[in-house]
Amino acid sequence: MPTKIEKDALTGKETTGHDWDGIRELNTPVPRWWLYVWLATIAWGIALFILYPAIPLGRTATAGLLGYTSHGALDKSLRALQAERAPFFDKIEATSLEDIQKDPDLLSVALIAGKSAFANNCSPCHGPSGSGRPGFPNLEDDVWLWGGTLDQIKQTITYGVRSGNPDAHVSDMPHFGADNLLPPDDIQAVADYVSTLYGGQQKGTAPAPASVEAGAKIFGDNCAPCHGDKGQGNPDVGAPRLASATHLYGNDRATIVHQVTLPRQGVMPAWTGRLDDATIKSLALYVHSLGGGQ
Amino acid sequence: MSIVQKIEPAEPADAPEQDLRLVKDRVRVYPMSVKGMVRSFKWEVLAFCLLVYYLLPWLRWDRGPGRPDQAVLVDIWNERMYILGFEFWPQDIYLLAGALILAAFALFMVTSLLGRVWCGYTCPQTVWTDLFLGVERLIEGDRNERIKRDTGPLSWDKIWRKTAKHSIWLFVAFWTGGAWIMYYVDAPTVTCEFWTGTASFQVYFFTGLFTATTYLLAGWAREQVCTYMCPWPRFQAAMLDEQTLTVTYQGWRGEPRGKKHPDETWSGRGDCVDCNACVHVCPTGIDIRDGQQLECIGCGLCIDACNHVMTKLERPNWLITWDNLVRQNAKIKHETVPEIRFLRPRTLIYAAVLVAGAGGMAYAVTNRSELNLIVQRDRAPLFVRLADGTLRNGYTLSIANKKPMARTFQLSLKGMDGAELALPESSGGQASAVDVAAKADTVTDVRVLVRAPSSVHGNVPVSFVLRDTLSGATQEWTSTFLAPSATAE
Repeated sequence: MPTKIEKDALTGKETTGHDWDGIRELNTPVPRWWLYVWLATIAWGIALFILYPAIPLGRTATAGLLGYTSHGALDKSLRALQAERAPFFDKIEATSLEDIQKDPDLLSVALIAGKSAFANNCSPCHGPSGSGRPGFPNLEDDVWLWGGTLDQIKQTITYGVRSGNPDAHVSDMPHFGADNLLPPDDIQAVADYVSTLYGGQQKGTAPAPASVEAGAKIFGDNCAPCHGDKGQGNPDVGAPRLASATHLYGNDRATIVHQVTLPRQGVMPAWTGRLDDATIKSLALYVHSLGGGQ
Repeated sequence: MSIVQKIEPAEPADAPEQDLRLVKDRVRVYPMSVKGMVRSFKWEVLAFCLLVYYLLPWLRWDRGPGRPDQAVLVDIWNERMYILGFEFWPQDIYLLAGALILAAFALFMVTSLLGRVWCGYTCPQTVWTDLFLGVERLIEGDRNERIKRDTGPLSWDKIWRKTAKHSIWLFVAFWTGGAWIMYYVDAPTVTCEFWTGTASFQVYFFTGLFTATTYLLAGWAREQVCTYMCPWPRFQAAMLDEQTLTVTYQGWRGEPRGKKHPDETWSGRGDCVDCNACVHVCPTGIDIRDGQQLECIGCGLCIDACNHVMTKLERPNWLITWDNLVRQNAKIKHETVPEIRFLRPRTLIYAAVLVAGAGGMAYAVTNRSELNLIVQRDRAPLFVRLADGTLRNGYTLSIANKKPMARTFQLSLKGMDGAELALPESSGGQASAVDVAAKADTVTDVRVLVRAPSSVHGNVPVSFVLRDTLSGATQEWTSTFLAPSATAE
């Protein structure tokens, strides 16, 4: 501290008494308004300590007079959001899928809700855009195992496939190879025949005509009851369409052999009970809109 | 001769005083009231500007049912701006940039011709400061009375006058902030909502904010805004030249100045009697006799003050006047005084830019399309193979229909043989052309699926053509159809 107050010759103001190579610093007080703002922030801070959770007490903290919790705030904002959406969801729930599709405003709400629900619930298996992957159906194409109308899609989402729900879709293809229902040579012949149904999209070399002919007969005896005599499939029993350019597990011949020998059968959960009816309907509309459904 | 030379009066002896300016506290300015033609003109401009500002939101303009009928409205909630018969969308924001550029060049041109008339007469800071000063003068009296009261002790008189002044300031500031809001929401509606407590938080917040800024800037900060906060005074000198009219003290006539004894004759001395009237009326507190300077807003109130004194002294008026450097130099040297040249390269270039810019703007405003199409390809999947081997790509169309009625468009494809369209959201079937409905005065998003034969390979450009079924107006957007390459199969 300087022992005597020094004054700056030029301005007549007090200096701090410090001298750096002839440069002296004016002892200008902080502006009054700044001081008041500073005091106000201190008062504000004390008020926050009293009103809100503030002082840590080991595992907990002082509760504050306002009873604020961040969980409570989240609950409140979620409830407000739900209340805001309720009129739309009530209307979606009360309206049939076909009628929603004819109401552009309601449809746009349902599609947005469906898109959001799809990203949260469906995209882990079906992919973010619904394009699937081997074993998980592509929802953008026109191949539908269990039918692609709005109601069929809603049915599948609601009860699932082999989900354990009593109303779930269940299909059980015989294990033609594993259970020795067909000898290996017949399975090879069937594979040759089925690959000709792929419309030029099969992978691998073209099969021998004799084997195809033999396969066609075996197919007629064993496979046609479910898959149809031309391999057109049957959504009622979940029998995939074989006369197609695109397939659930892949287009190469080895996949056909595998599926006939020991069929892989996917599982989809039932969403009833997890999602409300309006959300399931929105999902059905959204999934239907991806590729136009059937 | 340039303006820079004129404002260099500093001599070595004055150096400490010059330095002091950097460290001294604010010297409060107490502008004295003045009467005269400049003052009258300034009051008229002030009244005009305030009337326009307060009343413009109340001007109505019929745009048909269901649409705002406010002549000037920046409807932020609905992303629309209305100016009389024009409606602007966010896409038209470049027009705002154009308007601002035009305004800047208009300012440059006016400044280059007449000096800082914008600052002195029409700048909102000047208009409201003038208004607030008028209120102050009405309640606290003129300059001397105000200085005396401010330096004197606290008294009942001081308290009530200050309270009254600040109350009226806040009242004016509140109406200013409130009027600002009316440019963004319907004026009658928001006025009603405001006083019934049903207006939105934003309305109350921004009214409060602009009340506070008006009160602080016009009541407290005043000339400091012009001197320290505003960038314009710092570079406006670049627009001035020796032909620019500025508020000028005619030193050749006024000097040598000095108090005049009643017996003294006018010979051998200047007309300036050093009465300081010009300094006392100055709203920025400067001495115009020091020449053109940064703080001078060019309002010319000193001209009125000096003319008043000159009349009393029976000397010719206009010791302080509007003049340019060329003429002043000629007068100093007793040469022929040239005419003011308003047409010179600088002003002609500004005028040319203004005309070209205004023409471009007029063209852009009148030729805006009322239909806009943007097509976005789905990012994933790149393509979908259908059961029959054909390929499909998904697209989202954004159709901006700027007309106030719903329109139906026919959507077709160009550039790809055998391609078909489908609208999956409404379960429309495949067709070479589909009908798309676009809602009135908004952007409608429509998802479209395009199916192409399996013979298509690689990246194929494909154009979406949108045709108004009534007017025949078309819009086109070229996107890409993706298919597996021929070698990948």
